[in-house]
Amino acid sequence: MAHFIDRRLNGKNKSAVNRQRFIRRYKQQIKQAVSDAISKRSVTDLSSGESISIPARDISEPLFHQGKGGKRERVHPGNDQFSEGDRIPRPQSEGAGSGKGDASQDGEGNDDFVFAISKDEYLDLLFEDLALPDLKHNQLDKLVQYKNVRAGYRAEGVPANIDIVRSLRGSLARRVAMSSEKKRQLRQAEQQLAELEQLAVPDELLRRALTKHITELKQKIAAVPFIDSFDLRFRNYQKRPEPTSKAVMFCLMDVSGSMDQATKEMAKRFYILLYLFLSRTYKNVEVVYIRHHTQAKEVDEQEFFYSQETGGTIVSSALKLMLEIVQQRYNPQEWNIYAAQASDGDNWAEDSAPCAKLLAEQLLPLLRYYAYIEITPRAHQSLWEQYQQLLANHPNLAIQHIREISDIYPVFRELFKKQAA
Amino acid sequence: MSSIAFNMGSCLSDSPDWSFDLLHDYQQQIARVAALYKLDTYPNQIEVITAEQMMDAYSSIGMPLGYHHWSYGKKFIQTEQHYKRGYMGLAYEIVINANPCIAYLMEENTLPMQALVIAHACYGHNSFFKNNYLFRTWTDASSIIDYLVFAKNYVSRCEEKYGVATVEDFLDSCHALMNYGVDRYKRPQKISMEEEQKRQEEREAFLQSQVNELWRTVPGKAQVATTSNIFPAEPQENILYFIEKHAPLLQPWQRELVRIVRKIAQYFYPQKQTQVMNEGWATFWHYTLLHHLYTEGRLSDRFMLEILHSHTNVVLQPEYNSKFYSGINPYALGFAMFSDLRRICEQPTAEDKVWFPDLVGSNWLDTLHFAMQNFKDESFISQYLSPKVIRDFRLFAITDDSKEASLEVAAIHNAEGYQQIRQRLSAQYNLSQLEPNIQVQQVNINTDRALTLRYIPHNGIPLGGNIKEVMRHLHRLWGFEVRLEQQSSEGNISILASCSELS
Repeated sequence: MAHFIDRRLNGKNKSAVNRQRFIRRYKQQIKQAVSDAISKRSVTDLSSGESISIPARDISEPLFHQGKGGKRERVHPGNDQFSEGDRIPRPQSEGAGSGKGDASQDGEGNDDFVFAISKDEYLDLLFEDLALPDLKHNQLDKLVQYKNVRAGYRAEGVPANIDIVRSLRGSLARRVAMSSEKKRQLRQAEQQLAELEQLAVPDELLRRALTKHITELKQKIAAVPFIDSFDLRFRNYQKRPEPTSKAVMFCLMDVSGSMDQATKEMAKRFYILLYLFLSRTYKNVEVVYIRHHTQAKEVDEQEFFYSQETGGTIVSSALKLMLEIVQQRYNPQEWNIYAAQASDGDNWAEDSAPCAKLLAEQLLPLLRYYAYIEITPRAHQSLWEQYQQLLANHPNLAIQHIREISDIYPVFRELFKKQAA
Repeated sequence: MSSIAFNMGSCLSDSPDWSFDLLHDYQQQIARVAALYKLDTYPNQIEVITAEQMMDAYSSIGMPLGYHHWSYGKKFIQTEQHYKRGYMGLAYEIVINANPCIAYLMEENTLPMQALVIAHACYGHNSFFKNNYLFRTWTDASSIIDYLVFAKNYVSRCEEKYGVATVEDFLDSCHALMNYGVDRYKRPQKISMEEEQKRQEEREAFLQSQVNELWRTVPGKAQVATTSNIFPAEPQENILYFIEKHAPLLQPWQRELVRIVRKIAQYFYPQKQTQVMNEGWATFWHYTLLHHLYTEGRLSDRFMLEILHSHTNVVLQPEYNSKFYSGINPYALGFAMFSDLRRICEQPTAEDKVWFPDLVGSNWLDTLHFAMQNFKDESFISQYLSPKVIRDFRLFAITDDSKEASLEVAAIHNAEGYQQIRQRLSAQYNLSQLEPNIQVQQVNINTDRALTLRYIPHNGIPLGGNIKEVMRHLHRLWGFEVRLEQQSSEGNISILASCSELS
């Protein structure tokens, strides 16, 4: 006896709970792996998950089993050369010698335990404890668009908004209310008249009175208007504030001769993080790349990261260009504007003060957040010092110093860490 | 030839794609033939599942439903990873020792594979589960699903009450000692779901009172320091059972969790002891049943070729120096031994008459059924491994003594070596020699309540694994100091590890 069951339509994620428990249990290790991985990522795989590796010893389940040594007797197949009593050198890389037994128990090698987490899991882990800077405060403040939404009905309005069904329903109700009493009287009078006419000798006087009464009632009923301005109903609209989901991210980078490719790669990783981070919060994030040496220019991603330029450095040129672009294309009332500037700290000495002034007076009031990262193993120069002076009065400005690749993630976390309430 | 009749018939469809109608046809034919060979089975419940679902089934170690635990998640991730990278194919089937017997067929299999799997799992393994003495004694196929449901619900109730982390940590500790949660000699009791639930409540109350009795701090008047000071009176091999009954500090729910882990370990214990026989038996029958159908003209040539192709892969035994070698393939050895048993009955040689005088000329079917019913791997090999199989596998025995610089070939497939090889191969499947022998030795009930386990090495093999970690888990269960001592072959006792506080 047998019967078949098609289980294919059942949920396939029977192990989902167990998988989540595993990830929760090893969160610390996995997070470490995630932050290590970011430095190996490239711009092109923004949307993929990540392969995570955890040292196998951290997750092994301890058990008693037989150790190495002692006297073991094993039987093997395929004898092709041995005779009884032969002595053979001990193979070097012999394992525990356990051919049988549960693979799951003996399967703890020294290799790392490698597995893939999905994009969402990856990003959640990466951005856990991070929050968009000051978002709440600003949302209430101004970053609001209004959207018309339906909100019931009202008795006044423009003809274009008349709701016909509602209006006719009102009309019907009014007509019923205004004529039902008269209709009842009419039926009564008609019945009396009919009864009167049944009699052999009808009372002519009464008959006339009734007929007149009936005629009057009919006129009154007919006089109830089919539709009245009282019946009209108009669709009502309200303006509802909606936080905008648009964001633009400005990437500013110094491409003068002093910025080598390695420095640019580091800056790139920082931008990747920022982009990932913003795209978690906003539905569409636009990116504007501005590169500068002595002059600033808006470019595409490829050119931004990979084309080589030489020359001096005037940072304010980039800031000016950014301000222009904001004014032309990104109305600060509608757009959440973020900017990240990467530089090796070089600037034409006389330019640093105007930079700080431009930033403080014109740009910062328009921006959600401005992050300046200085990628250099050397001491800070004038630009850093100028920016530093602005920090006190501008909570949406942050500056950080990156020395090597592994600094990027901690610095990023530092910049965007959840602000204590 | 025996009395098996061939009932010639028309060829069944041999399209590569399966459908439920076709599966049904094949199932009926296989069932008909299986009855001819007296295969006695539980009713079959055949479930078609996807590859993902197969991975789920894998990671829950073949249990159709299990309580939640991170280690199953780990297994799932491992399986998924290996499968995705092509390191391993998934098994074609998983079969569960339950009544009705649940077999999973994978959607991706071709029709010939499905037929093979039905013969292998639903008639081979199934009849083994129903008739082998170990399974009959140790497991109760009709209640296992109910028990697993009970266990799952109980664990999740505990999680609600005491927190997921608490329960998980506790289960970790139980899992670390799972191999020592098995009764090797005592006969387990069979009870149904309702009884289990009813008893569980009584047990909670009763157990606690027993424990309180044992750990009473005020000594009774008549307590003289004689035999009563040695507790337990005899060493206990079932460590989890001992903890469930006697650990001083456990809450009733914790005792129940220990019991659940121990019960599940017990359920799987026979499977560990009968790998070669179980797989050999199932392989022998898919081979025999499908050949029977082929002889009757019901399977087409191309259908049979695909089946034989898979069959050959399954029974492949790589040689010791092959890079694919990972010990003896239980499918290959088991299949060879059952096939050889049949040969001995039907076409005995002069050698067989010396080695198996009782078998020569007996009814092969009865002999095979008898062998399947009354043995486990260890005894099966020591009873039935024939010189021919030893020669076919070219088996040789190696002695690896860590005191010697080199290995010694102790025996090869020649007249002088057959007995030796048979004996050593049998020992190789003796679980009590494979798992370290660790037993509860003593509890200081009147002093510091310390629990002492004793490891008795076999052949001087030291204890391996993460001993310290396991001891910490044991400490969590016991609640007081735990010690592990080792008894050397000369009888000297030395302390291997101890754990007195959770750090």
